[in-house]
Amino acid sequence: MSTEAGTRTTTTTQPSGRVGDSPLRPDGTLKVTGEFAYASDLWHDDMVWGVTLRSPHPHARIRGIDIAEALTVPGVIAVLTADDVPGENAVGLEHADQPVLASEFVRYEGEPVALVAADHPETARRAAQRIHVEYEVLPAVTDPRRAMDDDAPAVHQPGNLVRHLTLRRGDPDATAPVVVSLDFEVGMQDQAFLGPESGLAVPAEDGGVDLYVATQWLHVDQRQMCLALGMPKELVRLHLAGVGGAFGGREDLSVHVHASMLALRTGRPVKMSYGREESFFGHVHRHPAWMTYEFGAERDGTLVYARARTVLDGGAYASSTAAVVGNAGTLGLGPYRIPNVAVDAYGVFTNNPPCGAMRGFGCVQAAYAHEALMDELAEAVGLDPVAIRQLNGMREGDTNITGQVIDSAAPVAELLQIVRDMPMPPPADTSDIRSRPGAVGNTTHGEGVVRGVGYAVTYKNVGFSEGFDDYSTARVRLEMTGGEAVATVHTAAAEVGQGLITVEQQICRTELGVERVVVHPKNTAVGSGGSTSASRQTYVTGGAVKAACEAVRAVVLERAALSLGRPANELRLDGGKIVGSSGEVLVGLGEVLGEDAVEETVEYRHRPTHAIDPETGQGDAHVQFAFSAHRAVVDVDVELGLVKVVALDTAQDVGKAINPDAVVGQIQGGSAQGMGLALMEEIVVTDGHVRNPSFTDYLIPTILDMPPMQVKVLEYADPHAPYGVRGVGEPPTISSGPAVAAAVRAAAGKPLRRVPIRPEHITGT
Amino acid sequence: MRITTTVNGAVHEVDDVWPGESLLYMLRERMGLPGSKNACEQGECGSCTVYLDGEPVCSCLVAAGQAIGREVTTVEGLATEGQLHPVQEAFLECGAVQCGFCTPGLLVAAHDLLARVPDPSDLEIREALAGNLCRCTGYEKILDAVRSAARRQAEA
Ligand code: FES
Ligand code: FES
Repeated sequence: MSTEAGTRTTTTTQPSGRVGDSPLRPDGTLKVTGEFAYASDLWHDDMVWGVTLRSPHPHARIRGIDIAEALTVPGVIAVLTADDVPGENAVGLEHADQPVLASEFVRYEGEPVALVAADHPETARRAAQRIHVEYEVLPAVTDPRRAMDDDAPAVHQPGNLVRHLTLRRGDPDATAPVVVSLDFEVGMQDQAFLGPESGLAVPAEDGGVDLYVATQWLHVDQRQMCLALGMPKELVRLHLAGVGGAFGGREDLSVHVHASMLALRTGRPVKMSYGREESFFGHVHRHPAWMTYEFGAERDGTLVYARARTVLDGGAYASSTAAVVGNAGTLGLGPYRIPNVAVDAYGVFTNNPPCGAMRGFGCVQAAYAHEALMDELAEAVGLDPVAIRQLNGMREGDTNITGQVIDSAAPVAELLQIVRDMPMPPPADTSDIRSRPGAVGNTTHGEGVVRGVGYAVTYKNVGFSEGFDDYSTARVRLEMTGGEAVATVHTAAAEVGQGLITVEQQICRTELGVERVVVHPKNTAVGSGGSTSASRQTYVTGGAVKAACEAVRAVVLERAALSLGRPANELRLDGGKIVGSSGEVLVGLGEVLGEDAVEETVEYRHRPTHAIDPETGQGDAHVQFAFSAHRAVVDVDVELGLVKVVALDTAQDVGKAINPDAVVGQIQGGSAQGMGLALMEEIVVTDGHVRNPSFTDYLIPTILDMPPMQVKVLEYADPHAPYGVRGVGEPPTISSGPAVAAAVRAAAGKPLRRVPIRPEHITGT
Repeated sequence: MRITTTVNGAVHEVDDVWPGESLLYMLRERMGLPGSKNACEQGECGSCTVYLDGEPVCSCLVAAGQAIGREVTTVEGLATEGQLHPVQEAFLECGAVQCGFCTPGLLVAAHDLLARVPDPSDLEIREALAGNLCRCTGYEKILDAVRSAARRQAEA
C-alpha cells in the first residue's frame, strides 16, 4: 500500500550535518520528485471514501435525521450518525465539549452531522445530500461583544464565558501626564495550509484501527480518539502521514474519529480528504479580537501604566481558547517595562466558527493594539517609533507584567536598531507598472503613491505555559549495520514542513559522532513528542533527542572504558570511533558494540511553569521568551487604497540556530503570514455564516505580494535550553503585521484601527 | 469511459473514468501519480500544474476527457533516468521546500518559465509564479531557487 512511501520518506539518510550546519532536509528529494506521500495521497487496496455532512445553520436543534434514501444510493456502503459513535460523543483539545457528530444541537455552520462511505468520493458526496436532517433553527449569538449579555442565548450551559483573565500589577489606577488610547479590531485569519485535512483509517485484525493522518500531535489525537471510539490505546494506533503545512490548524481533530468509525463499521480502509471549501469549515481559525488599550506615560515617553480590555471570539467550542486568552492577557502588552497594569482578557462562546490555535497564538492580535498605541505615544511625546520602543523595551533581568523575571537575553533595543539600520529599498520605481501598487491592474502611474515606514517589536512564549506538563519523548538506538555505525531516532513529534526531522538528525550526529542517522517513521509506538506548536519542537523534542543520545553515549563509553581500561570521562564518540581526550582513535565502535544495539528512551521536560494567580494574573507562567522586530516599507496609492509592500526586514534572536537556513526559512514564511493578516486575509463571517470559503475569496500572499526580506539572526544562548535554542517559528508572524499596518498608517495619514486594512479604509470611502 | 493518453512519455489506457472527473483526479486516483497536488481544486493555487501538450495548465480545471490523445507531463516526469532536473536540484538545495505541497506545481511552472526565458528578471519570475500559492516559505527561497536553476541551466 502506498503508506509505505510515507514510511520511506523519513528513513533516507543524508550527507553529514551537525548542529549549526544547514544540511538538506531528508525528505527533500521525495518532495521534489513528487513521490513524498502526503495524507491526501494515501491509497489502499479495497479502499473506500468517506465524506462528512455538515450543518448549514449556525445554531439549530436537530429534530430528526433520515438516512434511508442515502443508503439506497448505489455504491454507498455506510451512513453513520451520532447514534453510531461507539464511545463518548465528545472530543476537544482541552475540554471534551464538541460532539463527534452532532446529536441534539448544531452550534456552528459546518458542524459535522453525519458520515457516508462509498466507492467514489462523488458518490459519497451525492449520497450525503440525500440525508434528510430536520432542523429547528434557533437564535444565534454572532457578536462576541454581546455574548456575555444576560439576554444572550447560551451556546453552552452554564454560559458563554470560556475564560476571563484578570491581571493587576502595581497601582492599577495609576495616572500619568500623557495618556493615549485606542480601540483595535482584528479579523478572523485562516491557517490556509495547502495540504487539505486527510487521513486513511485501516481496520486491523485485532479489532483496532491504524490511522495515517496529517496532524500536529499524534498523542493528543489518540487520547481523544480512544474516548470517542471506546477503545484502549493499544487498539488506536496513529501514524503521521505527510503533512502539507499546519500553523495551528491541525491541533484539533479533523477526519480522525470519522474515518476510524467508518473503517471499523465497514471493515474496509477508509480515506477522507477535505476539499478547500470544506477545509475552511474543518479546522479552527485565529480568534478575531476587539481590544481597548490605554497607555499612560511621563512626558519623556517612559511608560507609567497600561490598561487593556480584550474580547476574543472563541466560536462554538472551547478548543484552545482558554490558552489563547492566557497569552493575549499575560503577553498582551508587548515586550515593554510597565510598572502599573490592569488587563482583562475574555474568551467567549458564540455560534461563529470555532477558533483556536494559529501561529502567534493570542500575541498576534494583541501586538496590533500595543504597537499602534506605541506609535500614538511616540507622536504624543515627540519621539520616533524606534526611540519610544527602545526607551521602554525590556532588558534581561526586567520583570514582565505577570511578575516574571526575564532570565535570559531580551534584546529589544538592539533588534530595533538592527532593522532601523538596514539599507532602505530604493525609491518607488514607477517606470515598470508591475512594481506599482495595483501592478498590472494598471491603476496608477504613480501620482497618488506615498511611501510609508513602520516598525514593530514583539515577544512570544515558547512551549506550553501556565503549569502544563510539557514534555517530549525520544528513543535513540545505536548499532552497526553493514560495517557502519548507524543511529536511529524515533519520536512522535510531528514534522509538518518546518524541518524537525533534519534537526533530529543533526542532534544525533553531533552527540553520537556518527554520519548516518535514520529518522524512524513517526507514530504512537513511542511516547508523546508533544505538540508541534508554540515554537517548541526544536527546544523540547530536540532536548529529548539530545538527552536520549547522551544516555546511549554513556552506555557505550562505559563499555569502552571497561575494555580499554580508561575512565569513561576521557572518552568521546567521533566518526564512528571511540577517541581519547586529544582526539586519538582508540577503538572502532564496531568492536565495542559487536552485534548489540544500544537503545535508550528518554522523556525531556523544560523547567516547570506555573499557574497564574486568578485574582492578579501574577506568576511565572512561561518558560522562555523569543523576541523579534520588523521594519516594513510600503508604497500606498492613497487615492485608490492600494498597498504594495516594498520591504519587510526583520531581526530575531533565536538563541542558537541549529539549522541556520531553516531558521531563515521559518522567519521568511512567518513574516509572510503576518503580512497577510495586515493586508488581505480575513474569513468574513456574517450572521454566523462564512462568506468566503475559497482561495478565490480568501486571499493569501502570492509571490507578487511579497517583498524582498532582509533577515538578521542573533544568537544569544538561553542557558536553560538545549544548545541555548530559543523558539523560532512564531515571533515573525507577530511583529511583521503590525509593522506593515504602521507603515500603511504612516503613508495614508489615517488611524486604521482594524486589520486586514482594506482599500476603503485607506481612502475613507 | 476509457481514456487513452500519454503521461510522462508512456501511453496509458484508463478505464471506468466518470465524465465529471478532472485530469488531476485521474492522475492521482486512477494512475498512481499523486505528485500533482490538490490544494484547492478550484484553479486558484497552482499546486496541480502539469503540462498538457507542452502548455502548463491547472489539471484540476481540465476534464479527464480533454487529455484523450494528448501528452501530459507531471512533476513525476521532470527527472530523467533518476537524475533530478536542475530546477528540482535548485529547489532542494536552496531551501525552497518546506512542507512541499506547493512544490510540484511550482516546479512545473518554473520549468516552463526557464524553457521560455532562460535568464529571467526577478519581476519575470514573480509574474510567472504568481498563480502558485506557497504558505510556508514567504517565496524568498523560491526566488533563490529559480535564479539558481537559471544559472545551472546556463552552465549545463
Ligand atoms: S488544485 Fe488546481 S489550482 Fe489549486
Ligand atoms: S512549502 Fe509548504 S506550501 Fe510551499
